[in-house]
Amino acid sequence: MATRLQFENSCEVGVFSKLTNAYCLVAIGGSENFYSAFESELADVIPVVKTSISGTRIIGRLCAGNKNGLLVPHNTTDQELQHLRNSLPDQVVVQRIDEKLSALGNCIACNDHVALTHTDLDKETEEIIADVLGVEVFRQTIAGNILVGSYCALSNRGGLVHPHTSIEDLDELSTLLQVPLVAGTINRGSEVIAAGMTVNDWTAFCGSDTTATELSVIESVFKLREAQPTAIVNEMRNSLIDSYV
Amino acid sequence: MLTADAVVDEEVTLCSRNPLNAKLYPLRLHLPPNNSAMHVLVVPQSSKDYKFLIILPLQLSTPASVSTSPAAASSKQPFLPSPSPVLDPGSLFPTNHIKVAMAANMFVVPQTQGTVLCCKCGILMTPNPANMCVTCLRSEVDITEGLRKHVTIMHCPECNSYLQPPRTWLKAQLESKELLTYCVKRLETDLKKVRLVNAEFIWTEPHSKRIKVKLKVQKEVLNGAILEQCYVVEYVQQDHMCESCTRFQANPDQWVASVQLRQRVSHRRTFFYLEQVILKHDAAAHAIKIKQMEQGIDFFFGNESHALKFVEFLGKVAPTGKSKRSEQLVSHDTKNNSYNYKYTHSVEISPICREDLICLPPRVAVSLGNLGPLVICTKVTNNITLLDPFTLRQCFLDRDQYWRYSFKSLLSSRQLVEYDVFNVEVVSPEYNVGGSKYVIADVEVARVTDYGKLFYVRTHLGHILHPGDRALGYDLYGVNSNDNELDKYTDLVIPDVILIKKSYEEKRQKKRGKPRPWKLKSLNMELDESRGRANEEKMNSEYEEFLRDLEENPELRFNLSLYHNKNYQPSEMASMGDGDDVPSVPLEELLADLELSDEEDGEDSMRE
Repeated sequence: MATRLQFENSCEVGVFSKLTNAYCLVAIGGSENFYSAFESELADVIPVVKTSISGTRIIGRLCAGNKNGLLVPHNTTDQELQHLRNSLPDQVVVQRIDEKLSALGNCIACNDHVALTHTDLDKETEEIIADVLGVEVFRQTIAGNILVGSYCALSNRGGLVHPHTSIEDLDELSTLLQVPLVAGTINRGSEVIAAGMTVNDWTAFCGSDTTATELSVIESVFKLREAQPTAIVNEMRNSLIDSYV
Repeated sequence: MLTADAVVDEEVTLCSRNPLNAKLYPLRLHLPPNNSAMHVLVVPQSSKDYKFLIILPLQLSTPASVSTSPAAASSKQPFLPSPSPVLDPGSLFPTNHIKVAMAANMFVVPQTQGTVLCCKCGILMTPNPANMCVTCLRSEVDITEGLRKHVTIMHCPECNSYLQPPRTWLKAQLESKELLTYCVKRLETDLKKVRLVNAEFIWTEPHSKRIKVKLKVQKEVLNGAILEQCYVVEYVQQDHMCESCTRFQANPDQWVASVQLRQRVSHRRTFFYLEQVILKHDAAAHAIKIKQMEQGIDFFFGNESHALKFVEFLGKVAPTGKSKRSEQLVSHDTKNNSYNYKYTHSVEISPICREDLICLPPRVAVSLGNLGPLVICTKVTNNITLLDPFTLRQCFLDRDQYWRYSFKSLLSSRQLVEYDVFNVEVVSPEYNVGGSKYVIADVEVARVTDYGKLFYVRTHLGHILHPGDRALGYDLYGVNSNDNELDKYTDLVIPDVILIKKSYEEKRQKKRGKPRPWKLKSLNMELDESRGRANEEKMNSEYEEFLRDLEENPELRFNLSLYHNKNYQPSEMASMGDGDDVPSVPLEELLADLELSDEEDGEDSMRE
């Protein structure tokens, strides 16, 4: 089920939150409505953690993670790091990495098995990603944009990419990621997908400007209609190499 | 290296899978970015035709293991197209675009634009910056919001012109280009916000006082999408007389400046000629009214500058003296100290005309190099050309020079008398004086009215006179002139007759009543009513003489425009052999008249 919400009158939900299968990070805002929206959906299943990263609220764009781990940029303060380590479940490894491109959320798009990264990312960073998050890392571009983390929202069941992505690119990415992909928009025609929404395997949160058409696209590609949280969290999924053309 | 590592004994080609059609193609230069390690997976071949192994490189970045590092190292070398130890891949993979790309050593995937759903209505569309289909975008955003759809314009019904504030009136026909420009200009402030692409008229009933213009505009909306939209603007025409029409209505005789052109002679030849020159140069285009007066013509203008321009023009074509200007105060605005005047220019033309006999004052004769005191005026433009008939010397008098002395002519063309020529004896060879040929001859003439007295005189017309001809000349024997200048010359031998020109009167008799093949236009002049019948006849005969003059003198025609006379039909009588004796206007000099249904007088027409 996809939910529409706003953070302090802004529809860019993916900027102020980070949702994975194991936890959810939320920014500290003026009103509690944002937090309570997440809480009402996810409280029973996964921990919802209020945090800031390097004193800012744009946590969704600064950190990248999946159920295995969380990567935070180098300017995260020690208190924040500690807070994260305390709040998140033990199997989630929180790692601070030293990377010139510090907006990790914009540079890395990942699910539990595979990650797409910015083409100019350091080699050590790539190795850390593969190590901490337990994913295969591919350097790619989406519709000619190198900020893959901004223009693509990824879950284990599907992905939504920038609307100008060509068909060949879609095929190639879908082969790499092994999930169905669709090109679409969010928040009434905005092309910055990951900034406008955040998604995991059974639920998605979108900006309130999202039209019904966009919402239906999201629900169909991420397969949210029949999703049950418990089934997914408790099962292990084997990685299959499907040829998805 | 690779074969040794992979423990295969067949030849190996590095290939990759084409994502489009899942076919294999050999890898030319498809290195992963940033020179990261390339993991190579060796897969035994499946097809029975190909005798080599297929190796799929994947862009994985698992830590380089021992088995793959040589492969990684070798895969970094670019493969040369020709000396390959394996089969030529071109023969095996015939896909043309791949071949071309391979030849260029680079693989470029053809990009097809996908489709997305419109975020509002959900129909499939190609992505655009707004990511909404055109209909949704149009319903969302109206770029013509805030633009005027109704405008009022002022129209003067008298002169069919439209007001461009604050003061200019623009003349334009309905549905014309000027009107479209005017309408678009009235919307200028609106059109600064959007970009105008097209404008056209929508037909409206002419009496409805409405003008409709359809405008197509473009504007940028949302995130850079440009939207194009048509809308209609309705202009309401309000009738309002323009200032010039109001002034004209109030007082049709309203002139501001006038030019009074006078010549103190008893004939009007100069004015006929000037009328034609003015017509040719369109100098009286700004004249509100032209009135014929005794011994001259009055021109009325609405503007002092027009009058001045006309006076200057006159100075160039006729030997006018200095013009005098006088002002008359019409009104005085005490509040802002502005004065309205009426100006009158008085222009006098010299009384010397063509074919006049002049006796030069001694001072003038001396200053011109002792030109014989009796001279004939041969040509009048803004200079006066004087010809001494006995020495064949020609002299030019400038305007200023003439008006310094301002002498009068002794005898003018009215006093020409007809002579019959009996004998011609050529005395001198042919001289070319200023373009015209003259031959000095001794002739024996007698007046037509009085055959009793024979005169033996010297004349300069030897080149055209033959015995039996008729000539026109001045009868100095019989004339009684009261000229002061002539009296000053005490020891002058005055000839009895001075012949001026040959007369074609007899031959013209035959042609009397027949129309000429050419005609002249005339200015729209108001005639002086007070003069009566006799004057009218005199005018007609003078005009006829003027036309004859034109026929005889090509140099006179030089400055004028003659038009084809459509009513003229060459009659059968013309072939009777008298045509070449009487000078007439050759056909090449005639201009075609402009065919207009409502042609105005005094307009020049198109050239032949």
